[in-house]
Amino acid sequence: MSEENDFPIRIRGLTNAFGDFVVHEDLDLDVRRGEILGVVGGSGTGKSVLMRSIIGLQHPQAGDIEVFGQNMTDAEPDEELGVRNRWGVLFQGGALFSTLTVAENVEVPLKQYYPELSQQLLDEIARYKVVLTGLPEDATSKYPSELSGGMRKRAGLARALALDPELLFLDEPTAGLDPIGGAKFDELTRELTDTLGLTVFLITHDLDTLYAICDRVAVLADKKVIAVGTIPELLEIDHPWIQEYFNGPRARAATATHERGKALDKNTGGEA
Amino acid sequence: MREWAEFTIEESGGRATVVVTGPLLVSSIGKLDPELRAIDESVQAIDISNATPIDTVGAWIVFRFAKRTGADIIGASEQAEVLLDAVEGCESDAEIAPPPARSFGQISELVGIKVIEFLKGVVASIGFLGSVLVAFASLLIHPRRFRLKALVRQMELVGVTSLPIIGLMSFLIGIVIAQQGAVQLQQFGAETLTVNLVGRITLRELGVLMTAIMVAGRSGSAFAAQLGTMKLTEEIDAMRTIGVSPMEALVIPRIMAAILMMPLLGFFSSCVAIIGGAVIGDVMLGIPFWTFLARIQEVVPIHDFWVGMVKAPVFGLIVAMAGCYQGMQVKGNAEEVGLRTTAAVVQAIFMVIVLDAFFAVFFERIGWI
Repeated sequence: MSEENDFPIRIRGLTNAFGDFVVHEDLDLDVRRGEILGVVGGSGTGKSVLMRSIIGLQHPQAGDIEVFGQNMTDAEPDEELGVRNRWGVLFQGGALFSTLTVAENVEVPLKQYYPELSQQLLDEIARYKVVLTGLPEDATSKYPSELSGGMRKRAGLARALALDPELLFLDEPTAGLDPIGGAKFDELTRELTDTLGLTVFLITHDLDTLYAICDRVAVLADKKVIAVGTIPELLEIDHPWIQEYFNGPRARAATATHERGKALDKNTGGEA
Repeated sequence: MREWAEFTIEESGGRATVVVTGPLLVSSIGKLDPELRAIDESVQAIDISNATPIDTVGAWIVFRFAKRTGADIIGASEQAEVLLDAVEGCESDAEIAPPPARSFGQISELVGIKVIEFLKGVVASIGFLGSVLVAFASLLIHPRRFRLKALVRQMELVGVTSLPIIGLMSFLIGIVIAQQGAVQLQQFGAETLTVNLVGRITLRELGVLMTAIMVAGRSGSAFAAQLGTMKLTEEIDAMRTIGVSPMEALVIPRIMAAILMMPLLGFFSSCVAIIGGAVIGDVMLGIPFWTFLARIQEVVPIHDFWVGMVKAPVFGLIVAMAGCYQGMQVKGNAEEVGLRTTAAVVQAIFMVIVLDAFFAVFFERIGWI
């Protein structure tokens, strides 16, 4: 396999700054194909800025970002387009177009890239994508303002998945959801990743999400990615923030839940 | 160039098989989809063993075709099986958009809803006026609760900071009235009456009216947007739980500021408009600037001044009430803030103009002509 295929996202020496305030300095990160990479970090460590730089909403001061082997920092708009229809982005609040129904929202990227598709097919695609993300069937004709926060996130996910992307960016998908809704969303993410063969770049504060679905976790601190690895690997690292994060009371609770869940799986033969 | 998915129909032993070749992706099925839809003779199988790669859209097309024609799907790869399973569970025939249906019956329904909403709005705004009066009365009883600082701040925002724009607007209006009036009056050789025209119309009507419209656009909208946003961010609820009455802390200072500043702004506006008229008089009609101002004192009766000054605080009350009322009605989302702000300005200007008409008749009846 070529490098492009192994690492959909490669970041080298990324520097981002707002005026004098330096967010990232010489940041490196690789995302492997087919994994769910969780990105964690304290508030203000630039998790969202990192995502925005990768998807081209934020122009970095220095450094190289490659998405599918395509250099994004000095790409011509046309080249960028070839990459844009291979990813989907779910913003924190869903960022649905409020004047369109959920189904029409899903159809927007399809119409943008594939004008040859018939309206009939577009409607069919919108319908099954909506159901695929776990929304009730009749949600297709609703406007975003008629949906609850959790449903809006699912609708946002349906739009992010509209083009059958290979790469999915999720910005705090479970923030603001109740624990049950959050757990369901995690499950859905994992399921879709396995079914559709996605690579997921997932920003989160939710320890349960990290334990439940992330293959690897990248820790942002001191303007860099200070560590990438599985949670057990990270626990070995002697960095005050990592230790505090993964050994704090909340992390212990999340671990306990995770362990209990595993035990339950064993007892019921994995049916739980 | 893009590679499109294609198909051929192979017949063997009385069985027709649709053989699909090429990538079955969202980017490549644009041409295949209508062709597959057009097939209506009996087909026994659809072979996708040569169709790779495949995504959910491709899987969906194959699934839909197989379901419609009753054909068997053969040659599906492991990945295709997974995707076919995924889309199979997701079939739905829900509406894409809510039914638009605008029949004649619905129009009358819509009108009815609007009328009832309007009446409810009238009742609610009278209720709001009542609660403002109650809050005002309780402030008279407990004057220590009065927020002087907030009042002064609002007076600055409503009054002082709007002086430049109101001044500029009034100056231009004065110029237009004098210039247009002079052109007409010259036909009767009565151009000296331009002084009467400018002096009386600005003091009686236009000064205060235009100021009220400007204040509605500038401050009434600001009131609605501020209070609406505070409502959304639950600041107003937080105030209530702490025991601060939002009426006393937010609404009363704004309303009082508007009532106090409107007469001053209205008078300022009239004066600047007269100066504008005097400039035109000097340039166009040969009436010296100072003579124009001196003539104003002779030809404008003092009750014209009072007509303006009586109306001004009433207009201020209406503008501020509309802004605060609409702001306090905000609930839900950010879009509502925009709608309520628009409603506040429209309502305020409409009410001001209606009341102005009533005032005109009233002052004429009591002999202040």
